[in-house]
Amino acid sequence: MHELAITQSLFKIVLEQAQKAGAVKVSRINLKIGRLTGYVPEAVEMNFNLLASGTIAEGAGLKIEWVPVKVLCRECQKESEQQDLGLGCSLCGSINVQIAGGREMYIDSMEVDNG
Amino acid sequence: MAEIKILKNIMDENLSQAALNRQWFRSRKILALNLIASPGAGKTTFLEQTIKGLFPKYKLAVIEGDITGDHDARRIESLGVPVVQINTEGGCHLDAHMIDSVLSSLDLDGLKYLFIENVGNLVCPAEFDLGEELKVVVLSTPEGHDKPAKYPLIFSEAQAVIINKTDLLQAVDFDIEKAEHDIRRLNPNVPIFRLSCKTGDGLDKWLEWLGTQGTGNGI
Repeated sequence: MHELAITQSLFKIVLEQAQKAGAVKVSRINLKIGRLTGYVPEAVEMNFNLLASGTIAEGAGLKIEWVPVKVLCRECQKESEQQDLGLGCSLCGSINVQIAGGREMYIDSMEVDNG
Repeated sequence: MAEIKILKNIMDENLSQAALNRQWFRSRKILALNLIASPGAGKTTFLEQTIKGLFPKYKLAVIEGDITGDHDARRIESLGVPVVQINTEGGCHLDAHMIDSVLSSLDLDGLKYLFIENVGNLVCPAEFDLGEELKVVVLSTPEGHDKPAKYPLIFSEAQAVIINKTDLLQAVDFDIEKAEHDIRRLNPNVPIFRLSCKTGDGLDKWLEWLGTQGTGNGI
């Protein structure tokens, strides 16, 4: 359900940036989304299609690059990627870690037509 | 066709408002707590018990977040504590703008604690910073000990975890050691309080800890 709030923010940024760039059409939006977020692509797409209908972003595709969960280990001071959420350091096994990646939710770039 | 770089956080708008809220609370030395739990975990009862332990010694107020209705708000009001209701009308979480929009309707003079009871949900509230000082997650024993493993984000973000309804431990299949182990894997130093809001068991430790919070931030 929070996809609606996320999509509204996303849509607002897309329109602002498209206008700033003088675009007449937005064809693709490239997103970077962390694995730790509760982002549900289908729900965002559905909301986006509704919001974008009749605007320059109508029909724009949402391409997601998933960002893996990374942790920084406080014991061995190294960063590692996690396959299983909630596991400790995959290098030394310590559970004394902090999240260093996987919470991202941002617009990387947009493909636009400048007319 | 051209590609333009944006590099903007989709959550920026909420994060900026949350930062303003946080600054606002800190400047008034108000300790704001965001209470997050599944529906039925006993969040409102936990809040009532916490209020009974603090009020009227300390001045406090409550923001109640619900999808619809004011059932919980009326329960809190009957304790004599000022409460303001936010109905999200279908929304699954509170956001920083909603909090900002109700602050003016609360009497904040001399307030020590502001409790924000979020919508019952372990997923969406984790994504939205409200500007609170402490996120407190309430997990209850009938829900099952797999919740930390299934909802890692909120448990990794929490500044305190409550394991409520310990009076039911004999009746439900809840491995408390396993739950605590999983919470610690996500959040190694988080304080975990085992308690029962029904019997009052363990509440003193939580209240004692709460009393030590906030001093480091000038609250």
